[in-house]
Amino acid sequence: MKPAPFAYHKARSLEDAVAQLAAHKDARLLAGGQSLIATLNMRLSSPTLLIDINGIGGLDRIELKGDIVEIGALVRHAQAERSDVIARHAPLIARALPHIAHPAIRNRGTLGGSVAFADPAAELPACLLALGGEVEASGSKGKRTIKADDFFKGLFETALAPDEILTALRLSTAKADTRIGFAELARRHGDYAIVGLAASARADGKKLADVRLAYFGVGDIPLRPRKAEAALMQGSVEDAVAALDLAPNDDVQATAMTKRHLAGVLLRRVAKQLMEPLHA
Amino acid sequence: MPEHSLDLALTVNGETVNERVDARTTLVDFLRDGLGLTGSHVGCEHGVCGACTVRVNGEIVRGCLMLAVQCDGAKVETIEGLSDSGEVADLQLAFEQRNALQCGFCTPGMVATAQDLLKRVAVPSREEIREHISGNYCRCTGYHAIVDAVEAVARARAEGMKP
Repeated sequence: MKPAPFAYHKARSLEDAVAQLAAHKDARLLAGGQSLIATLNMRLSSPTLLIDINGIGGLDRIELKGDIVEIGALVRHAQAERSDVIARHAPLIARALPHIAHPAIRNRGTLGGSVAFADPAAELPACLLALGGEVEASGSKGKRTIKADDFFKGLFETALAPDEILTALRLSTAKADTRIGFAELARRHGDYAIVGLAASARADGKKLADVRLAYFGVGDIPLRPRKAEAALMQGSVEDAVAALDLAPNDDVQATAMTKRHLAGVLLRRVAKQLMEPLHA
Repeated sequence: MPEHSLDLALTVNGETVNERVDARTTLVDFLRDGLGLTGSHVGCEHGVCGACTVRVNGEIVRGCLMLAVQCDGAKVETIEGLSDSGEVADLQLAFEQRNALQCGFCTPGMVATAQDLLKRVAVPSREEIREHISGNYCRCTGYHAIVDAVEAVARARAEGMKP
């Protein structure tokens, strides 16, 4: 199908984009467009105005600021894949990126757009949650930061106000004792996951501390199974699997029962990754 | 004021194009319907099949997931351009020799994607080839012949020979 008619505005600055967003209730922001244009083509969404933010300067940088990696909203997946800063300081993101769609899509899709779109089966929202990262947003009331734990509110719904724009993602840099894990199951490489799991932890002697598990594809938002996290910190992978309290629905890809089973399979795989130092 | 149609200036296969387009026109529809470049195909229209793959500023993209108006000032290359310049002649020959196409619907996107890989990795493994073309559906060949063709061209280029 073809998109319903809409007007197009190429934003000159962040302020301009915020002003347009505040002035038009039915407007949508166009970043990489790899989810948005698909929904327009299928007429799942029919905004009256697209505000193209691709021309706004300064949003396409990956910067190391002390022990924070700041990823501008317009950084594209392919750019992040080639980034030494991401590879060294945000290894969970580096590990997840090859699973995201296909090269032609990674050339356009943005990290900020993926988080703001908040598809429950997407990799990056779960990575942000697993890393306990933050989102920086600008709106007509100014700038603020939102913690990942408070950002995802419901199906394709975030804490962003209607006139707010996500401008950057902020992640703590990986330390010597940082552990990460990532695994997903998809029918075809690059497709949305049937179930996926992103995780981070801190090595504490032979145990794991600060375990953060973030499942995707099993609910309306990326989900942290807190009981399983606690069990993993106690040292038992099987107890953690048994403590999983996910309640996925059947979808076109798999039944709820299959998804629950696969969530356990992924937890065992990811727990194994968490036991391995980053730079062995 | 935001507008529903805009003036667009870009180069397509090296030629300057100035057109007025509706904001809602996707790049692939603009190329096919506006410029008559029907080598880029329209399959799923939501980024899954890869039949509309073209190059914008040197990088492959989905023609159905970019708007034509986003290409103002851009350098767009389609399979027609890649063919005419001879850049993918060896890939096209290898596809033909190995029956790496039957109906041909996926072939322009498949060739553009394969060329993108071979520009980055001189001799990719079969696994790397499969991963790079994972976003391009072929419903005829079962992919083996396509992987064979791409692998043969990679080796031949590395050895400075014809496949």
